[in-house]
Amino acid sequence: MDIDNGLVDRLAELSKLEFNADEKERIKGDLQKILNLVEKLNEVNVDGVEPLKYMNDDVNVLREDEVKGQVSKADALSNAPQRDSDYFKVPKVIKK
Amino acid sequence: MSSYNTIRSLQTALTAGETTVSAIVDLYIKTIDAKKQLNAFLEVFTEEAQQRALQLDAKRKSGQPLGKLHGLVIGIKDNICYAGHKVTGGSKILENFTSIYNATVVERLLAEDAIIIGRLNCDEFAMGSSNENSAYGNVKNALDETLVPGGSSGGSAVAVQADLCHATLGSDTGGSIRQPASFCGVVGVKPTYGLVSRYGLLAYASSFDQIGPLTKSVEDSALILEVIAGADEFDSTASQKPIPAYTSQTFPGKAKIAVLKNTVDHPGIHADVKQATETFIADLKTKGHSVEEVAFDLMDYLIPTYYVLTTAEASSNLARYDGVHFGFRSPNAVDMETVYKKSRSEGFGKEVKNRIMLGTFVLSSGYYDAYYSRAQKVRRILKEQIRAIFKDYDFILMPTAPSVAFKIGEKTDDPIAMYLADIYTVLANLVAIPGLSIPVANDAQGLPIGIQLMSDKFEDGKLMAFAKEIGY
Repeated sequence: MDIDNGLVDRLAELSKLEFNADEKERIKGDLQKILNLVEKLNEVNVDGVEPLKYMNDDVNVLREDEVKGQVSKADALSNAPQRDSDYFKVPKVIKK
Repeated sequence: MSSYNTIRSLQTALTAGETTVSAIVDLYIKTIDAKKQLNAFLEVFTEEAQQRALQLDAKRKSGQPLGKLHGLVIGIKDNICYAGHKVTGGSKILENFTSIYNATVVERLLAEDAIIIGRLNCDEFAMGSSNENSAYGNVKNALDETLVPGGSSGGSAVAVQADLCHATLGSDTGGSIRQPASFCGVVGVKPTYGLVSRYGLLAYASSFDQIGPLTKSVEDSALILEVIAGADEFDSTASQKPIPAYTSQTFPGKAKIAVLKNTVDHPGIHADVKQATETFIADLKTKGHSVEEVAFDLMDYLIPTYYVLTTAEASSNLARYDGVHFGFRSPNAVDMETVYKKSRSEGFGKEVKNRIMLGTFVLSSGYYDAYYSRAQKVRRILKEQIRAIFKDYDFILMPTAPSVAFKIGEKTDDPIAMYLADIYTVLANLVAIPGLSIPVANDAQGLPIGIQLMSDKFEDGKLMAFAKEIGY
């Protein structure tokens, strides 16, 4: 399948990424090459095969429902790009 | 350079009073400084390592029981969390991020008296095969500084290769421990999926990622793995199986080894790697092991399956880097939408964006079945075929990489050429089995060539015992 500008724009929107015109050309080329590579999978007969979703053999690893392993508020806020004493800060969401 | 080849010989010398942990730490710090142009370390925890060395020396002298890794100076890939220390994943988006907790592997290393000497450069979020995707510059191969060290755990491989520390931890999603180990002439072990807890490892592709050791000997890898492996209440995908004492496991008999058709004969393999593999196989046969070719017609589908599934998982895992709670926030952001978009676009590098875009594509409405679901089905077929081979054979053998270390810049413009550097390593991650790379030969230029051995799931001990048995 062909990668066009419309598809790159849609994927960028879903990915929350933005590209300038040059980058868009590059990424279109790269994606096209990678897609041509992965389309080789169409040659494999997968009729009646269930998708493999989980790699570990253990099922339902349970534990007691105890509260632990939580981080403190100070720790949680320590890496925030913008914060006050209690909250993460972001630009205003609701405008007047 | 430390003259102690193995952790055990180092510990014998420490106990005999021939040296001290302090002396060893100082020596490594000096070597790191002398070779800093290699760009293997992103940060060296100098004072802290020296402090801890003094404590460990005092502990030993006071006659207290010593940890299994007493005196081991180890470096960690910069995608493993160490509380109070920076972790960047080789990305600008985490440039100022400090870990607020320890990865389980870090907890276990420290509990057994290891000294973590610093964090090691890697491809951004472990995505790459040459360590050229780091926001903090590429790592150079110590054998020839115009060559790449492999990736993504390039810093981890070079640190062992150049004696910047005794051993390192890397992570392996599609070959990121084994391929750089091969390029740098060291041992690298990718454990069975789920053997080692991923808690505190920056996630790339969660159904593929494993942490493992890079060392000078298989014996050291076995000891480190023995310490870091095992069930973890913080990672429910970590296996509940008890961990055997890998270091005391032996492989006294003769092995039955499978060589998959279309691997040694693959058109992408370099002549010297093919030659070295054939010589190595002949050698094993001389020693009485059986090596047989086994039919396998899915070789060309490994890389496509790998890229569909890992990019899908990556696009989801990397959604957390949004400029809100931690990490880089673009100064150009004016509202929520631009906080997300500009922070991510300015914070991520080219390859990471490529993979997020591809992963988003294969998961998006209208393409999910044709790409993502199909790749999951191929993964099941692969798993079943490989498991079937292990009913009859102990190990699968193939080269670790199709070539020796290549030139810096040689493949940076062609994502496909770069992806093909992982052609032999992605299999183990796709089917959750362990794989290790051992340095078996050099090419005409003296560059190391690695051979990869794989075993069935949870036979990591048997795999390492065999590698040790044949001299590595």
